Amino acid sequence: MTPIKQYPPKPARVYFFGTCLIDLFYPEAGLDGIRLLEREGIDVRFPDDQTCCGQPAYTSGYHDEARAVAEAQLDLFREPWPIVVPSGSCGGMIRTHYPQLFSGTPREAQAKEVASRVFELTEFLVHVCHIKLIDKGRPEKVAMHTSCSARREMGLPDTGPALLSQLQSVELVEQERTAECCGFGGTFAVRHPEVSGAMVNDKVQAIESSGAEHFVTSDCGCLMNIAGCCRHREASLDGEHIASYLWRRTA
Amino acid sequence: MSVQTYTPREFHRQAHDALGNPQIRANFRKAMDGLMSKRRDVFSDWDLDALRELGANIRQRALARLPELLEQLEANCQANGIRVHWAQDGDEACRIIRELCEARDAKSVIKGKSMVSEEMHLNTHLEGAGIEALESDLGEYLVQLNEQTPSHIIMPAIHLNTDEISEIMHDKTGTERTRDVDYMTAAARAQLRERFMAADVGISGVNFAVAETGTLCLVENEGNGRMTTTVPPVHIAVTGIEKVVEHLRDVPPLYALLTRSATGQHVTTYFNMISGPRKPDEHDGPEEVHLVLVDNGRSSIYQDDELLDTLRCIRCGACMNHCPVYTRVGGHTYGTTYPGPIGKILMPHMMGLAETRDLPSASSLCGACGEVCPVKIPIPDLLVRLRKESVGEGRGNVPGAGVKRHRSEVLAWKGFQWLATHPGVWRSAMAIAGKLRGWMPTRLGGWTDYRSTPKPAKTSLHALVKRHRREEGSS
Ligand code: SF4
Repeated sequence: MTPIKQYPPKPARVYFFGTCLIDLFYPEAGLDGIRLLEREGIDVRFPDDQTCCGQPAYTSGYHDEARAVAEAQLDLFREPWPIVVPSGSCGGMIRTHYPQLFSGTPREAQAKEVASRVFELTEFLVHVCHIKLIDKGRPEKVAMHTSCSARREMGLPDTGPALLSQLQSVELVEQERTAECCGFGGTFAVRHPEVSGAMVNDKVQAIESSGAEHFVTSDCGCLMNIAGCCRHREASLDGEHIASYLWRRTA
Repeated sequence: MSVQTYTPREFHRQAHDALGNPQIRANFRKAMDGLMSKRRDVFSDWDLDALRELGANIRQRALARLPELLEQLEANCQANGIRVHWAQDGDEACRIIRELCEARDAKSVIKGKSMVSEEMHLNTHLEGAGIEALESDLGEYLVQLNEQTPSHIIMPAIHLNTDEISEIMHDKTGTERTRDVDYMTAAARAQLRERFMAADVGISGVNFAVAETGTLCLVENEGNGRMTTTVPPVHIAVTGIEKVVEHLRDVPPLYALLTRSATGQHVTTYFNMISGPRKPDEHDGPEEVHLVLVDNGRSSIYQDDELLDTLRCIRCGACMNHCPVYTRVGGHTYGTTYPGPIGKILMPHMMGLAETRDLPSASSLCGACGEVCPVKIPIPDLLVRLRKESVGEGRGNVPGAGVKRHRSEVLAWKGFQWLATHPGVWRSAMAIAGKLRGWMPTRLGGWTDYRSTPKPAKTSLHALVKRHRREEGSS
């Protein structure tokens, strides 16, 4: 369990770490996250030299490679501003695994300091911005899939649903086994495609039977997995990153 | 039903078979859903996190003094009249137990549930020596009748449903075909009763071995554990060296965590505290009590500060009950004595990473196991550590370290590292990927068997942010 976090007051400026999946596959979600923060009056800085948090190498067991990649990110956040990450998985990597990865190295203190400034986007909007959303969209039933890393590693099962529940015309529907993994797990989906495939099919099934017309996630790994499975099944269900959904309905 | 053998080497094939077997899928899903909800309910009025913290601390404290505590346990057991034996590995433990049986000229052994005895294939060994070993835990009994191995550490026959059990009992023991669970339980009970009376030796496991008093604690629901440890003239308890705790007062919190995590019970029907053989003025109990302490790879886990956490395990099975992979593939698929998350972090030490090569990777690292583990074993972190050992240069102290290191994969990750540490090249690569998006292959390994191909976006976030800033500047 992550220790209870003391949230700072809303800052004037934040860093935004976009993540590699968003950079490559879902850039709009990243931009929508930035727009949401800017609308709260925050100056958002996007260090141009950011690439990837190093997690794919880390979870695959290539820790030297992961450390080198992580090290290249550490220097991008020199000012003491919060670092907002639109992914529980990359946020969790920086918050919990950077300190482990650099433990006993000259970068240990810096890694810990950076880790302490990391916030997942929905967490930041709820607990730091105290955002108030005004829904402009049509009535809709929506299901939320909170990523396992946001839920367990970062201890944030509620912030995504809390944001959705602010949208007046949106009914957040409960799916069976909400907390169960969608089966993505990075390289797991490639190394164990059949098991992962069974998991994602069950997830799509659960979302479909909840009566949801649409689903949102706070992590692009889960999104790629669940939406990809919907498309493969030719299901009418589609999903998007929660940042895009929130922006789309409130802009 | 045909006899099947499973091996971790065949994880993929076994997973494929299990996933394609609707009966297996349904049996596990239903059973695991039930166990998860029972656990949730029974902990609902507890400060679970504080209790887990306490459980973790008790186990950690015991492990920190393991060598000392084992000596203390030995001394106190001896003082109580329990004879203590040490076994380096499973074979040695089997030999010790066989010799103890032979010394009494034993032909028939009755067994309480013991995963350690499964780990060392004790039954096969005894049978080889002409000693019949009969399982008396109902689930173990069924699995043995069906010539299988347990598919779960707490509920060995959880892969079987009522109809299958009825069929097995009918085939092997001549009972009626029925869905009447009470009838079947009563029949098994009657069959076992006779055997208890005739057994020369009883063999059980141990849940907690208390160093300060030399007491062996045994947690069970069926009373077969009590019968096993009291009816035959000889009782042999067999356990891993990590099961020792310092104090008697350490037992209640661990017991509270164990029963609730395992089966969602506040208490079990039986809780046995064995503190020695029958005394001269006592009417029942065994004449001899032995404790066999088995290492079998545990002391090598003990050498490593990080891996050491593995030994905190109290074998509650909650990690498998909550595992989305275990729920779908079932226990046999793993091909190991301990299946599920605990199996994935424990078996590589016992069988080596070559034999268990597909286990550490068979996890989405969703963290459900670590979240429920009553002694807070960081299972996902340990899986990552074992992955690191598998692909490392083979200097780690896990047997088979480096077995999955392949040049091509190492180069791929080096390439990733290079790209992700050269931001200018990274940005160009993102831009090129956007241009080539139409050229993406429509098949990407196993990914596209269940999902459509992801396509890179036309414009990367890097480029979008630049455009966004320009627009801001011009507005
Ligand atoms: S690892 Fe934890 S959850 Fe799994 S069996 Fe051991 S104690 Fe129980």
